[in-house]
Amino acid sequence: MTIKTLLIANRGEIAVRIIRAARELGIRTIQVHSDADTESLAVQMADVAVNIGPAQSSKSYLNTEAIIKAATDNHADAIHPGYGFFAENADFADAVLAAGMIFVGPDGDTIRMMGDKVSARQVADKAGVPTVPGSPGRINDMHEAQWLASEIGFPVMIKAAAGGGGRGIRIVDNMEDFSHQAPQASAEAQAAFGDGGLYIEKFIERSRHIEVQILADGDNAVHLFERECSLQRRRQKVWEEAPAALLPKNVRSALCDAATQLAKAVGYCGAGTVEFLYDDRSQDFYFIEMNTRIQVEHPVSEMITGIDLIREMLLIAGGAKLRHAQSDIIGKGHAIEVRINAEDPAQNFMPFPGVVSDLTLPGGPGVRFDGLIYPGYAIPPFYDSLIGKLIVWDEDRNSAIERLKRALREMKIGGIKTTVPLFRALVNDESVRRGTVDTKWLEHWLETNSAKLTLEEDKAI
Amino acid sequence: MANQKILSPLPGIFYTKPAPDQPAYKSHGDSIQAGDVVGLIEVMKSFHEVKSQVSGTITGGIVENESAVMAGQELFDVEG
Repeated sequence: MTIKTLLIANRGEIAVRIIRAARELGIRTIQVHSDADTESLAVQMADVAVNIGPAQSSKSYLNTEAIIKAATDNHADAIHPGYGFFAENADFADAVLAAGMIFVGPDGDTIRMMGDKVSARQVADKAGVPTVPGSPGRINDMHEAQWLASEIGFPVMIKAAAGGGGRGIRIVDNMEDFSHQAPQASAEAQAAFGDGGLYIEKFIERSRHIEVQILADGDNAVHLFERECSLQRRRQKVWEEAPAALLPKNVRSALCDAATQLAKAVGYCGAGTVEFLYDDRSQDFYFIEMNTRIQVEHPVSEMITGIDLIREMLLIAGGAKLRHAQSDIIGKGHAIEVRINAEDPAQNFMPFPGVVSDLTLPGGPGVRFDGLIYPGYAIPPFYDSLIGKLIVWDEDRNSAIERLKRALREMKIGGIKTTVPLFRALVNDESVRRGTVDTKWLEHWLETNSAKLTLEEDKAI
Repeated sequence: MANQKILSPLPGIFYTKPAPDQPAYKSHGDSIQAGDVVGLIEVMKSFHEVKSQVSGTITGGIVENESAVMAGQELFDVEG
């Protein structure tokens, strides 16, 4: 059944992105929003806007009943969850189905299976995808845990089975530390996630974050190559690229094939991302988790393949089979995305909501901006600080960095502080230009380079 | 003594307690010193402590737990 009317159960730049893809397919759009988002770009662009509650997400964007009611009242036949909020909530996916609509994403059972780190790991093992050496399942007994930790070898990571987004992770260096921290971690996980389940795995000290974009229709799966997202602050990605420039050809094809295999093994349907840790000294890669949704950094994969991922998600959700064979998908050139957040990088990235007084967006060849801002827009303080993503494409990585540098110079966002000065400094950094960064690199860099951020702030066109 | 107000330093969601299952930082009748933590503001998913700018006795809470507040909005009445 082709989708005719789509409700977008999200906000911000991803809502705008989904409306754009839907409109090109002739799909009518319904944008739900909170009291704080009545002036948002997505609300202005959508065919229909429905207020579903107060500013607090728990009372609006996380209110299943209000969202389903808005959908049925307006004759929606599908709901796109975007990322965050309900995107990986199996109960919400089930509720959408139960109300007779399509959930744009995999079914509730797949979300449940891949959302639990322990079961996801077991699935990966079964599919022959390498995983980080660690406990085969959830740890129930402290003696067993200690024995496992010494088998794996220190340092090890203690992770909450129900955690995510970097939360609930501890790194311990020896047995004494382990015996002390493991019970604490369990109590904390119980309090934070209502599930005290833990598992442990080897801590890879210097690793890169590499992830593979998947599209699948339930029977078949293809990959759209990999993204490298090693530039992170507090485990949040700030700069993403496609492809991972330093990955040897044979490793790339093994990595991408492993991800495709995993998607096939679970009968995956929709867009998804398989995340890996990559150790560039040993050239080993290890499965970390699968995200059963579209990701913030999806545009870099779109730029190198020419495939519109949101469009494909909507077509697949409407019952279509994959339109591209693996051999049709070619990665061309290099793409970089930087996340523009309303934060002050010179003040320890303090959130900076406020009114966008004036706005100059960069243009020219190979430049794309996916945003939610316009001149006069008041950025509400209640949600994520992401206000846009600047994406560039060029023939190779060096020229993509030069193009990014040029685009950042043109960009002007008045009235608020943003992370633009951070990127103006990073494009000139030798390690970034060489691509020799791991996931810890940016935090170390920030410790010694924060003065540069204040300087970069004053530069304009 | 003059009536004073504790103002929110930031816009966001105001919480009167450190966690949902814990008691409020300050209640009606509590005495406070300037610098005491009276609540949390969640702004763009990050949490910031709200410290009292004044000393005295809390005579009333103006906004409820989990309210949306603006920067400069009055949070508590203080008699000092």
